Amino acid sequence: MARTRTWVSIALAGALGVSLAGCSSTGGKRAEDARKAAAAQGRAAVNTPKWTFAMITHAGEGDTFWDIVQSGAKQAAVKDNINFLYSHSGEAQQQAQLVDAAVDKQVDGIIVTLAKPDAMKAAVARAEKAGIPVITVNSGSEESKAFGALTHIGQDETVAGEAVGDELNKRGRKKALCVLHEQGNVGHEQRCAGIKNTFHGTVQNLYVQGTSMPDVQASIGAKLQADTSIDSVVTLGAPFADTAVKAKQDAGSKAEIDTFDLNEKVAGELKSGTLGFAVDQQPYLQGYEAVDLLWLYKYNDDVLGGGKPVLTGPQIITKDQAGALLEYTKRGTR
Amino acid sequence: MSTTAPAPSPGTKADERLLKTSPLRKFMGRPELGSVVGAIAVFVFFAIFADSFVRAGSLSTVLYASSTIGIMAVPVALLMIGGEFDLSAGVMVTSSALISSMFSYQMTANVWVGVFVSLLVTLAIGVFNGVMLTRTDPPSFIITLGTFLMLTGMNLGFTKLISGTVSTKSISDMEGFSSAKDVFASTLTIGGVDFKITILWWLALVAIATWILLRTRVGNWIYAVGGGEEAARAVGVPVDKTKIGLYMGVAFGAWISGQHLLFSFDVVQSGEGVGNELIYIIAAVIGGCLITGGYGSAVGAAVGALIFGMVSKGIVFAEWNPDWFKFFLGVMLLLATLLNHWVRKRAEATK
Repeated sequence: MARTRTWVSIALAGALGVSLAGCSSTGGKRAEDARKAAAAQGRAAVNTPKWTFAMITHAGEGDTFWDIVQSGAKQAAVKDNINFLYSHSGEAQQQAQLVDAAVDKQVDGIIVTLAKPDAMKAAVARAEKAGIPVITVNSGSEESKAFGALTHIGQDETVAGEAVGDELNKRGRKKALCVLHEQGNVGHEQRCAGIKNTFHGTVQNLYVQGTSMPDVQASIGAKLQADTSIDSVVTLGAPFADTAVKAKQDAGSKAEIDTFDLNEKVAGELKSGTLGFAVDQQPYLQGYEAVDLLWLYKYNDDVLGGGKPVLTGPQIITKDQAGALLEYTKRGTR
Repeated sequence: MSTTAPAPSPGTKADERLLKTSPLRKFMGRPELGSVVGAIAVFVFFAIFADSFVRAGSLSTVLYASSTIGIMAVPVALLMIGGEFDLSAGVMVTSSALISSMFSYQMTANVWVGVFVSLLVTLAIGVFNGVMLTRTDPPSFIITLGTFLMLTGMNLGFTKLISGTVSTKSISDMEGFSSAKDVFASTLTIGGVDFKITILWWLALVAIATWILLRTRVGNWIYAVGGGEEAARAVGVPVDKTKIGLYMGVAFGAWISGQHLLFSFDVVQSGEGVGNELIYIIAAVIGGCLITGGYGSAVGAAVGALIFGMVSKGIVFAEWNPDWFKFFLGVMLLLATLLNHWVRKRAEATK
């Protein structure tokens, strides 16, 4: 007993000593705190009552993209004096139940994603019956109006895919690989179909298991080895771009890697030229605008978009813009 | 020397199996006791911490969430009492919905035809699981893991092949849809509060399963098979038939859940259902089923599903950070099983 205590104290003292002696002059928590100080500060800018808005998404757990959407929504919530609630489930039935729960809570506004529109129909109708305004974000631009939502904020996935097809044409590509990391996601299918619409070369779809990065890397690597004529790989999520780069190096392929969405790693690799381009839908804006537009509706009966979706993308980002965005991605707002 | 058997003198102890036990003592020995105590604790907890939790509308949402788990947790619990697992239960629900929807659509048939075909095919999957288990050597964990992977692939593969997309086409404008919706996915309004019909399905399944377990020969077989397969076989229990039947029970539950998915949402996503099989098993374990078989109850599994529903929605009503949901779930599972274990030890000691 006494001996263990001695060992523990030695270890603690050692750890403390090492952490004091070995300070890093770059990166780490200190750099992050400096960045935070430069970010927007939180205090309500209005004196409307403290309304409660609930956001219910189809996100899985620990998803970078939805983290950025949330940080936008939270920033707007602070500014507009809103109590902001977030919940999510990848299963359609669970997501519908979460919307039901928000209606039961009698919240003042609901923000919901319609990745699985048919599953959400009844729950959204129930919200409207209870007199709760609904705004749809990210996915479901076709269904939003029919379901009676105020407006839809997001990017048209087909249009975004077509923008990628155009960009690939500009770069003189001939054979593209579209990597889908979520089997069963309609939006992903639309993106790859959009690329097919405008791209003059051929597009192949490759399904990978997005929950397992080694699997993604092995699948892309195998494909690049099997078909050496592939000259561009398009991933549908930022975390997969870096994995595709690793796979390309393993396979010794010359293909250009391009991706949907941004994160810190992608911005860095765009800047260094490892990646060709990224197509961004500005998730921060989706969260921020959704909360802000609900507030405007509650406060002033304002509705944006004139019955058409409010588009936050696609925005093609290349080496030239990547430098400025790198700082913002580190902050978790781009 | 001739001895006569001594006549039983009055006042000696009668056979202990014929002893009258008090109802309270009986309840103390039931497998679901621990989960009932846990359910009351969870309810009181959220009633205090989430002011919108005890509204009628909220409770109806909680009951709905519980019923969607409970419909599967009951047959899964029976299977676990019989000493086996079914890891394909989660995706089987999606398979059942997909078969029903696509058969009706492609054949342009009345949707009831698809519903019936789906029942047959889903039961066949259950039979496949059972026959594979009884005719071959590997444990059910491995066999149903194989089925789980095959079904996951077939859900996506067939849907893409037939519909050309990853979800099925809408069948809401076809004949028989509205009557099927009434049966599987309607909403009943009682006293101004909307209740989903799945709650009725759930209660009916609990009642039937409890009757089977406690009042029929088959119930005895299930306990015997789970308690000790060889011993059961030695006393003439039809072990193989019982196990195949249990797998068909799980398939039947998957069929009900799948039809509910289809008729409440009209379109089915092919990639869903993965991971739910563990939730059904968790509900059964919280409800007092032993992982080794031979012990448990259908009521317990239903209460386990209720606890699961209360926690998953209670966290939302209490406005907690959903990032911690799985953590709370894990803590709850451990607490519930420890409580079950302790209650069972106490019950055995006081016998």
